[in-house]
Parts: sequence; C-alpha cells; structure tokens
Amino acid sequence: MSKDILKLTCRELRDSIAKGEIKSSEAVSAVFERIEKYDGQIGAYLNTYKNDALGKAKEVDGKISKGKSIGVLAGVPIAVKDVLCTTFGTTTCGSKILENFHSPYNATVIEKLLAADAVIIGKTNLDEFAMGSSTENSGLKKTVNPWDKSRVPGGSSGGSAAAVAAKMCFAALGSDTGGSIRQPASFCGITGLKPTYGRVSRYGLVAYGSSLDQIGPLTASVGDCALLLSVIAGHDERDSTSVDEKMAPVYDFSAEIDEPLKNLKIAVVPQLFEGADSEVVNAVKGAIDIYKKLGAEIIEIKMPHFEYAIAAYYLIATAEASSNLARYDGVHYGHRTKNPADYIEVYTKSRNEAFGQEVKRRIMLGTYALSSGYYDAYYLKALKVRNLIRGDFTAAFQKADCVIMPTSPTTAFKIGEKTADPLQMYLSDVYTIAVNLAGVPAISIPCGFDKNNLPIGLQIIASAFQEEKLLRIARMFESQTDFHKRRPEL
Amino acid sequence: MTNIDYKVIVGLEIHVQLATRTKMFCGCELIFAAEPNSRVCPVCLGLPGALPVMNKQAVEFAILTALSLNCKVAEFTKWDRKSYYYPDLPKNYQISQYDLPIGSTGFIEIPLPDGKVKKIRIRRVHLEEDAGKNIHSEGNFSQVDLNRAGTPLLEIVTEPDINSAEEVRLLAIELQRIVRFLGVSEADMQKGHMRFEPNVNLHIKKDNNEYKTPITEIKNLNSFKALEKSVAFEAQRQLAEFLDSGKVMQSGNKKTLGWDDIREVTVLQREKEEAHDYRYFPDPDLVPVVVNKKWLVEIKTKLCELPLTMQNRFVSEYGLSDYDAGVLTADKAAAEFFDNTVKAGGDAKRICNLVTQTGLKIANEKNCKVSQLGISPQKLAELAKMVEAGQISATASVTIFEKMTQSESAPQQIAESLNLLQKSDEGELEKIVDEVIAANPQAVEDAKSGDKKSKKANGFLMGQVMQKTKGTANPQVVAKILSSKLNKGI
Repeated sequence: MSKDILKLTCRELRDSIAKGEIKSSEAVSAVFERIEKYDGQIGAYLNTYKNDALGKAKEVDGKISKGKSIGVLAGVPIAVKDVLCTTFGTTTCGSKILENFHSPYNATVIEKLLAADAVIIGKTNLDEFAMGSSTENSGLKKTVNPWDKSRVPGGSSGGSAAAVAAKMCFAALGSDTGGSIRQPASFCGITGLKPTYGRVSRYGLVAYGSSLDQIGPLTASVGDCALLLSVIAGHDERDSTSVDEKMAPVYDFSAEIDEPLKNLKIAVVPQLFEGADSEVVNAVKGAIDIYKKLGAEIIEIKMPHFEYAIAAYYLIATAEASSNLARYDGVHYGHRTKNPADYIEVYTKSRNEAFGQEVKRRIMLGTYALSSGYYDAYYLKALKVRNLIRGDFTAAFQKADCVIMPTSPTTAFKIGEKTADPLQMYLSDVYTIAVNLAGVPAISIPCGFDKNNLPIGLQIIASAFQEEKLLRIARMFESQTDFHKRRPEL
Repeated sequence: MTNIDYKVIVGLEIHVQLATRTKMFCGCELIFAAEPNSRVCPVCLGLPGALPVMNKQAVEFAILTALSLNCKVAEFTKWDRKSYYYPDLPKNYQISQYDLPIGSTGFIEIPLPDGKVKKIRIRRVHLEEDAGKNIHSEGNFSQVDLNRAGTPLLEIVTEPDINSAEEVRLLAIELQRIVRFLGVSEADMQKGHMRFEPNVNLHIKKDNNEYKTPITEIKNLNSFKALEKSVAFEAQRQLAEFLDSGKVMQSGNKKTLGWDDIREVTVLQREKEEAHDYRYFPDPDLVPVVVNKKWLVEIKTKLCELPLTMQNRFVSEYGLSDYDAGVLTADKAAAEFFDNTVKAGGDAKRICNLVTQTGLKIANEKNCKVSQLGISPQKLAELAKMVEAGQISATASVTIFEKMTQSESAPQQIAESLNLLQKSDEGELEKIVDEVIAANPQAVEDAKSGDKKSKKANGFLMGQVMQKTKGTANPQVVAKILSSKLNKGI
C-alpha cells in the first residue's frame, strides 16, 4: 500500500484522503518510513517532526470522518526549507549562528499551509542563509543528490529538492534568490517554480537578498506546483512588497492546467546555448521540438544584457545581504561568543565564529559595494544593469509568450568540485539569475537525462504574474513526456 | 582683546517623537515607561524574517510639520537603511531617509524678545525610527530595552542661521509650540519627546582677519535649559580656545561633545569626526512613498493657524500685550478657548485675565486643558461681561469661575446664589455712606484734611461701607459717592 501512496501527486493524495480511501496518517507514516530508511544517506532534512506530523494527520483524518470541511492540501505531507520561520522546532537557515534559534512566529506561507490542512513534516537543509548553488555551504549538514550520492543536489534549496526526488515528502517549499529553487529542481529531476516577485509574501522568510527573494514550490509535477502556488500566493499586509490581488488575482492555478495554450509563441536565445554542456543543449532542443510538434511557433531573439546578470546579481544580492545579516550579532539572539572583552568583540567574535566562508565572502562583497566612494560604481551601476535586463525581458514578452532555455549549464556536479572556486560556482546560476533581477516567474521541469543518468532541467520564463500561463505551457511538455515520473534508485 | 569681535554660528538638529498610536513600522503601541521589552514584536525586535510596514499616520504628521515649516514636500520619497552597529539597534541598521527627505528648504520664524521676528532656514525634515535604550546596570554587563525601538522620529535640521544661545532656546520653544499646535507630538521634554544636537562654532574678526573656529556638535540634549547653557558655554570655550591656541576649522577637526548637566560644561566624546560610513541604500523591504496632490490636499485640511500667527493676531486684533498673547498661545487649547470666548463677546483683556490667571491655574490643578473645564466660551463671555458691567467684582469672578467648573448654572445664577452681585444702586448706597459718615466723625475729619492721614481715612470709610454691605457694594460707585460727600463738606 505505502508504495502506491508515494506515487500519488499532492492533488491525488488529497482527493484520496478526502474520500477516505487513504488516511493522512498512512501517508505521513509512508513518508517517515522513507525518511528513516534513506535520509541517513541523503541528508535532506535538518529536523523532522514525526509526532507532531502524525498528530496533525490524525486531526485531519478526524475532520474527514466527522464530515467537516477540509483544506486543499488536507493531510498532504510537506517539507519546508529551513529558512522559513516556524514556531515549532528551530529555524536555523543552515547556519551555526541560528542553530538554536526558535522563532516566536510562523511565516505567512507556513500559516497558509497549515490553514490548507497540510502536514508539515520537517525542515530541509540549505546553503547557509540560502547562499550557494550546491547546499555544500550548509553550516549544519551535508546533503547529497539522490541520483548520485557523490554529487550535489544543487542549491540553495538542495534539501527540499532531494527530499522530493527521494520521495521523502510529497512536495516542499524553497526560496529562490538567484535560482535556488530551479537549479536544485533541475539537478534532482523534479519541478520547481519561482513565482513573480511580490506574488508570495516574504513575511517570515529569513532575508538574503530582499529585492530578489521569493518563496516557491518544489514538486513532482507541474500540477502540484500550480496547486501549491494557489495556496501560498496572495497579498499580505505584513509584506509591503507583496502585490495587491486586484493586480494579481489568486485562484486555483491548477484548475485548467491541462488546457494547452493556443497560438503559443516561444522565444529562444541562441547566444545562450553556447555556454552549456552539449547534452544539456540537446535535451533543451529536444524539448523545443516537442513544442513545435504541439504547434508552437519558435522565434529567435537576442537578450543583449543577459550576460551581465551574474555581475549585477553579486552586487545587488550581496549589498542587501550585508545589511540583512547585520542583525546576527550575538547581542539579541543566536550564537554569542564566550567571554568577549567588550561589546565590539561580541560582534566580531560571534560573527566570525558562526558564519561560514561563503556568507562572510558575500557580506564583505556587499559591504564593499555599498561603501561611500564605491556605491555609484558598483551598487548603482548594478541597479542600472538590472533595469536593462528587465528591458530585455519586456522586449522578449512583446514577441513571445515565454522564453525557454536550460535551467543550468550542467547536470549535478561532484561534491567538492567547485567549492575551491567560488566564481565557477557562481556561473552555475548563469541562466537563473537574470530572472530574479527581472522579477518575473520561471519554472524548471525535467526534460531529459545525460549519459550518467543525471536529470536535465528545462527553464521556462514568462512575464510578471503570468504564472497560470507559465504552468500551462510547462504542462504541455510534461504531458508529452515521462521524465518527471522517473525516480532514482536509492 | 580690543580688536576682537565674534559671531556665534549655530545649526540645530532636532528629533521630535511623533504622537502616533503605534510605532513607525509595526503595530506595537507607544506607551511611555512600560515594563522593559513588553512593547515589542518580531518587527521592532528585528527578528529573522520580519518585515516593516510603514505607518501612514507618521508620514502625514511629518508632512504636516514640513508644511508648517514652509518646506517643499517631496512628491516621491523613499526609505533608506543607515547601517551601524550598536546594541540598542536590533537590526544594526536604522530605517531613515537619506537623499529624498519628506520636506526640504523651508524656514521657521521665531519671536525675539525685542518684538522682532527672525527667520531660520530649515534644511530638511525627515522621518526615521528610534533605537532602543541600553541600560548600564551594576556589574559587568549591560541590558537592552527595545520598547522605544521603532518609535517614529521626525528629524528637523536647520541651516546655521542661529546666532546666540538665546536664539537656540527660542527656536526650540517655537518648534515645541508648533508641533503641539499641529497635534503631531506631545513634545514633552520630560519624556524625551524632543532632543537637540546643536553644531556650534564662532566667526571671529581679529585685526581685520576672519577666523572660523572648529565646529563642535553637542549630542543628545533634552531640555531647553541644557540646550541654551551648552551653546553659551561652548561659545565661550571656543573663544578661549581660539585665543589660546589660534586653532581654526579644518576638514576632520570637528569634535563631538556631551553636556555635563551637573558641572554645566561640555565634555569631549569623540576627538575627530570619525569617517562614518553608514552605507545608506534604499530599503528593499519598503515601497517608495508617492505624495500625490489628492493626499496632500487631504493633509492640508488638517493644518491650523500657527502659534506665532495667532499670537500676533491677538496683539493686533484684540490689543493684548505680547506677553499675554504669548502665554495664551503657549497652549493651543487655551489659545482657541480664549479666541472663541472673545468671539462670543466680551472684553479681550478681561477674558485674557480670566483664562490666564484663573482658567490655566484650575486646569493645571486638574491636569487638563482649559477647554476641558466644562465651561463653554459663551458662559465665560457672560462672566466677563458681568465684570465689565460692574455686576460683580473681579475677585468675585474668580469664585464664580471656580463654581462654574462644578456646575451647569449660568454665572448670573451662581453670582446670585453666592450673593456676589454688587450693589450699584446709588440711592441705596448713599444711605449707607451717610450712616458711615455719621458714625465716624474723626475719620471724616481726617479724610477731609488733605494731608497724609486722608488716604488712610478714606480707605477706612470705604471699608466700613463694604462691611455694612457684606462686600457686595460696587467699590467704584461707593468711591464716587464718598468722594462727592467729603468734597461737599469742605
């Protein structure tokens, strides 16, 4: 029985639970069976909450047996990236500085999941403060790729992606600042959506790059991404940057997911295929062929400023991070050094002891970029580049419904392969970063496997608040293929 | 020394705490002297994941003040982060306004003792959040109280147009009057609602050369007395230092001083103006503020007649002395109450005396505004008219005023019930005067004598009449009858 449960999508599971065919507690037990069996090798979770999860599952089962109304994720076991504040357990951000931090409040998305009767089973590993592309920067744990345990799961939402790929949850939430949902989804052979900036409330998402951060789902299918987005999206008065629902209405994005888009126009950027592995390029070209067969018109465009995205990103994101992370100072909460000589040492030693290398590197970069005398040359210039990149996308969406490109130039790389060379690591986000700078939505879906049987991701990008269209375009491809159904042998 | 002439140059920075119900960026209520760390939430504690939301009331108060200080109000403004590490600053950055303050290039008019008015230019008016408080306890540690963190502060910066310690004080008092009139701040000095930081130096003419002394900034003054005294002290100290050392202003030799309230001297805090780099950049968690015409018009309806304008009107229209007009306009409630009473009819000077000498005293005892004593302007006008008409004495009017605060009755009724109506009937009073004259021949003799004794005897006779009438005789009428009787006898 439990094997069959794990093959279900979130929607199927929820409907079976609602009909009383499956109990939520069975689904939760099935997931924990997997976690107990495999997470020792994978390391996707920082913390799991089996008792609480079973308790919540029983509560949902009780509601159903009493005929009470239930939420759209009723009884579905879901994992969340440990960068989302929860009143249960710790909220560590994968950092030693918050290793024992307990949040007194829930992030808005957590409240929304709970209101939809989802069962939150645990919190997943990540690059410290979501800074990284391999989850190797976690200060607390190592996570490996379920397809090849010598390889990284991608990052920074590597734990969430690995948990979904290894069927240790039915879906997960991650956060995406420069590709942190899409790239690990690509590396782990699953589906990951970064919504439009402002679509999902950031309240309770521990900030890395505030103008870029966005929470989104990692799932086994496009339909589940749509379902989860419908639950977590919406204006939140506690987040001034979340968008008014008059401008961006929220409804069930999965309702018409199987409805193909007529007169679909897809833009491709030939210049961007140059930097990717040939196997990745071939898989993406194969995907384009499928769209052609489905009647889509493919047009070639140029995005002249795309190549400057990484440079601009590493100024804007780090500038914001240097300020966002200033609060971890050992004074109010989190790690504090022992026996400081004075209050200055509380700061310097606490931070030096508990932040990892990459976090320190980005704080220093950002501090430098904002320093007087350098602000105009770096930060301000980067903002101008950001506007130009936005312009590239605006121009693209005047011609096409979406832009298609690889999610990552390579498949999952070996653990340790890029840790010595941060620049090489940064380049693995070359296709995803521009999307965050432009604030538009994008999805990564499985579109093939390389010779090592590692998944390849296809990135589809749409214009702001066009998630429904984006998801339907993604579903058109998914319905023709079974890449998304493949799961690694553990 | 004979060839020395100098001018004091002062620019003032003022922080005014706004009287909003809640904090600048969260819903915590502003309550003075609450239990430490009891008025806090994730936002003002700067917890991970928390986001600020702008308090619109604070922005409206800031705009009202800017308008009243004749400033240009920015049509587009934004929030910036000012970064520095201090334990009372939980995020280690302060949300403030950097290059686009809400108000700029205005002026304030201050009344000088010689009756003239001086214009001091205002450089900028901007909003920011306050920090918490560090409490240095006994023992080897300090504590932080974050109740104040996030309190809305208006920072007002003048140009260096102030030329004496007295002018600095007058400006501070005028500003206090303005913000109280607008209702944007309680401006209670005891509660730290106004804090001052003057920048002081001297322009010295010596032997036909002009020298500028190094600028000093005196931090954190929270009384008018400290403000005036510290500037006066600093001017003298700088003069002495110049005569001693000849030191003049150079870049980098600005000093930061504190004020020792007990010894009444300035004390050095920082020798060199440290090269503070606050790394300002726009806060990505907040959206820019657009002040459109409609909103501005709405805010302008809340403007009121400013205290100095009202004071001048009381002098020119009602013939009050500048002093009386000043006393009335120190408090908006008193000024408006007075104004309305005069408009209800009655002699302005008489009403002024009633309000300032009796009304303010009772209000002070009852710890309320003079307008809250339960006396309408109409009733007070009636009372004033009764004094004018000689129906009651000035002394009786005080008694009646007091009674009116406890009773709904009209002053006429109160006067009757307390038997305070004066006898002005000449025939009746003449009879009593005759009786007194007949009974006191010696005094009549003395009174008529015209020498030293006469005045005293006159008073005695008057006293006898008052005694016989139990104080209800109109003294003016009695004096008239008495004098005509005595003169007739010669």
